[in-house]
Amino acid sequence: MAEMPNAPVYYGSRAGRVADAALFYGCLAALLLFFLFPLAWMVLTSLKTNVQAMAYPPLWVFAPTIKNYIDVFANNPFFQYMVNSTIVAVSAVGVSLLLGLPAAYSMARYRQTKLGLTILVVKILPGIVYLVPLFVIYRQLGLINTLWGVALAHIIVVLPLVIWIMVGFFEDIPRELEEAALIDGCTRAGIFLRIVLPLSKPGIVAATILGFIASWNNFIFALILGGKNTVTLPMAVYSFVSFEDVNWGGLTAAATVITLPILALSLVVQKHLAGGLTIGAVKG
Amino acid sequence: MTRWLEAIDRHVPVVFPLPAILLVGSLALYPIAYTLVISTRNYDLGLSNYSVAGLANYAKVLSSSQFWSAFLRTFLFTGLSVVVSTTLGMVMAVILNRDFRGARWARTAFLLPMVATPVATSLVWMMMFNPTLGVLNYLLQLVGLPPSLWVADPQLVIASIVLVDVWHSSPFAMIVLLAGLRSLPREPIESAMIDGATRLQIFRLITLPMLKPVLVVVLIFRTIDALKAFDIIWVITAGGPGTSSETLYVYAYNQAFKYLDLGYGSAVIVIFAAIVAGVTAAWVKAREREWT
Repeated sequence: MAEMPNAPVYYGSRAGRVADAALFYGCLAALLLFFLFPLAWMVLTSLKTNVQAMAYPPLWVFAPTIKNYIDVFANNPFFQYMVNSTIVAVSAVGVSLLLGLPAAYSMARYRQTKLGLTILVVKILPGIVYLVPLFVIYRQLGLINTLWGVALAHIIVVLPLVIWIMVGFFEDIPRELEEAALIDGCTRAGIFLRIVLPLSKPGIVAATILGFIASWNNFIFALILGGKNTVTLPMAVYSFVSFEDVNWGGLTAAATVITLPILALSLVVQKHLAGGLTIGAVKG
Repeated sequence: MTRWLEAIDRHVPVVFPLPAILLVGSLALYPIAYTLVISTRNYDLGLSNYSVAGLANYAKVLSSSQFWSAFLRTFLFTGLSVVVSTTLGMVMAVILNRDFRGARWARTAFLLPMVATPVATSLVWMMMFNPTLGVLNYLLQLVGLPPSLWVADPQLVIASIVLVDVWHSSPFAMIVLLAGLRSLPREPIESAMIDGATRLQIFRLITLPMLKPVLVVVLIFRTIDALKAFDIIWVITAGGPGTSSETLYVYAYNQAFKYLDLGYGSAVIVIFAAIVAGVTAAWVKAREREWT
């Protein structure tokens, strides 16, 4: 997106340009404030003692403490929760890529619109559509309260997402390239592995990250199918509300711990992220 | 071995999608069918009964006033959230489409609310909404406005949750609309400028009509998303106070998983899913009509 041409420059009077700039930067500042304030407030509160966190009027300047973070890890098996979330997300994304990449390629190359539509319907329907039967089946199979059960269910969210993003990328790869390789005696599977996949790296990165975020942030599947053994990070943070005396310092520290990896990841790969989000939408 | 590879090669359109289709079939399509079946049963885990009910559950749902309240509430929430987040996303896209120092950083910063874990950020919003100790009432007071009960006020709870959803979802509208703006041809806009059109005229008469296809896509995605909003509502209010923020998703969840009435709950879920699918189909139809 960075290589795209910039918006044309506006030629107006000098006073008009000044007023224009004032309006522009005013709006920008207001928007940044609105969208960043809750995250900033989360981090700020997590560095306060509990008394400071509950102070009114709210404290803006104080001596920061990391006690809340120490407590979060000392009083809860928070590290285990991080491991749980990671196992679930990595396995759901891994399976989704393994099965989703060839499926998306076939759907893009052979214009399998009916298959594509089926995947889209699964992506669009609310997650609770799948949860009553999964709940019943999982109880019968003993999959309730197991990490593999939760990871399996997360595939419902991640696989359609991966296919949806990758179909868009695969459609953009010129056919001529593949036809040339076919004439040179390359097999179709070989073309997919040696030509198509390497060319689709930005798409695969985007699908991997968006899939990871979707699983990491997912709440309702673990809420219904999980239990004590499968506490993922959103469940762990959610349990902070159910305590009688709300501990804002601990709550925000936990919220920061769960959000930070995702925010850091997004900052690193922000270019791919935007690409993955827009490919399906703009092509329609 | 080579024979296997040859077989794969001859049947790529079958072999490549088959594993994914089998998995989606067993994890998603089969459960959809199963939900349909359960919705025609008396199946309450609390009573541990199981018998054929025909369409009785559906009749019960459609004559429940609580269901219809949730239905209207869902559309109120969706309408507000979609309109506000798309408008705000458009403003952000127009701003970021300009060239200024730090534009890339601003764009990245705007993306953060979208990727942040909703359960975590919802808890932060809940803390900020606190009527006596929350920072939002403090800020209101700073600018001379009276304090608000926010999500504790049955009259304001939907608006307050819309605020959180807008915070979460405007960045998505922004990123798609920005990509749309960048893909527009420059000539019409440049010639309008030379002709002395104001920024607002250019936007209203040239940019917006050209951007319409992308705008409709954003509206479709945002509508689907808002209809399905669950995490933020469940974490912040769980449908309360009373039932004043109980949307269809929350109502369905409560019936199936709180009261464990799987039969009735499944009927609600089927109706809810049909609404999501129907609204999406209507949007897509409207978009196609616009095209041809």
